[in-house]
Amino acid sequence: MTAISLTVNGKVVSGNVEDRTLLVHFLRDHLNLTGTHVGCDTSQCGACVVHVDGRAVKSCTTLVGQVDGASVTTIEGLSQGDQLHPMQAAFRDNHGLQCGYCTPGMIMSAVDIVQRHGGKLDEATVRHELEGNICRCTGYHNIVKSVLDAAGRMSTAQAAE
Amino acid sequence: MYETHYHRASSVDDAAAQFANGSEAKYLSGGQTLLPVMKQRLAAPSDVIDLAKIPALIGIDFGGDSVTIRAATPHYDVASNEALQKALPALAALAGMIGDPAVRYRGTIGGSLANNDPAADYPAAVLALDATVKTNKRSITAADFFKGLFSTALEDGEIITAVTFPIPAKAGYAKFRHPASRFALTGVFVAQTKSGEVRVAATGASQNGVMRVPAIEQALKANWSAQALDGVSISADGLMADLHGAADYRANLIKVMAQRAVKDAA
Repeated sequence: MTAISLTVNGKVVSGNVEDRTLLVHFLRDHLNLTGTHVGCDTSQCGACVVHVDGRAVKSCTTLVGQVDGASVTTIEGLSQGDQLHPMQAAFRDNHGLQCGYCTPGMIMSAVDIVQRHGGKLDEATVRHELEGNICRCTGYHNIVKSVLDAAGRMSTAQAAE
Repeated sequence: MYETHYHRASSVDDAAAQFANGSEAKYLSGGQTLLPVMKQRLAAPSDVIDLAKIPALIGIDFGGDSVTIRAATPHYDVASNEALQKALPALAALAGMIGDPAVRYRGTIGGSLANNDPAADYPAAVLALDATVKTNKRSITAADFFKGLFSTALEDGEIITAVTFPIPAKAGYAKFRHPASRFALTGVFVAQTKSGEVRVAATGASQNGVMRVPAIEQALKANWSAQALDGVSISADGLMADLHGAADYRANLIKVMAQRAVKDAA
């Protein structure tokens, strides 16, 4: 067993876990944060993407011990109460999801993409950067539209701050 | 995930000591290969020793004519380093082509080299640039480091600490990506050293892992241009053949990727 302590969505959590525990299993099974999904479990599909110290990583390919002391944000930590994060709102407004299974990972990756590229995002960049997230429903069209829409909203929100 | 014991090392010496305590220990860096391989039961280490948080293993240092990338530096940090983008743009670009963004945040150069996947990107740069792999015990030249598929000169318990790349006059890298895995179906790194030597290395092509390509080196030495390779033919002997591509297909890809790399070289 390993003693761990990390911050998840702003709250400090600690406990003893089996050494083999993957971050995604810690989030889902220990913290009941089931918004983060296990899709392929082979680090290809991106349904499990969360932010670790601000970087979008695949939680199915991370042992929880590796993120001891880190700050983790999951899809549950994005909204401010009832107010959706601009990326979540953009996915809703642009019909950026169908079955929704890939959506939490898509949104976490997309937030990271916008944070890295800011206002310089174009469609080709979004499509290229989303290569680690697989969606089997939408054909990506409305996902890309959502990310570009959110990029605009996020830079407006930042400018207003 | 299957049973294992996780240890976070505080220093390189601590890591080596913990490795020696395990019955079948393995070093863990970004884990982007090791963890999937453990899930498949292709590796079943008794202990994994995490190197990724050791401060001495993280960072990029510039010397007069060389750049040293410490072993646990993630691909993202290499790709986005502005000084490296100026000094050795082909290497920064190569790091930005590995896997996908989430993988690049965690995967590291040391992990990639220690694993020596025959389709990994970094080995092509290390061999073409005649880099030196530094470990906790010694320095190993690129020519001596790679020993075939998933095989290196590293001894049991030896830890890569850094890789030093001489800054070339020009270099470029082009790869034909497997569309699903993004590994190189074939990738070619071309380099012209400051003394005028030309070195070319291909990954994803040979059954023995990364290799030099003498025919292309000679043609580029005579005339550094993509057109100079039009008449070059690469032998398919010893090249990989699988459902993704036949050996002669890969032989042709070596030439085409070399031409693209020369065009992009800076």
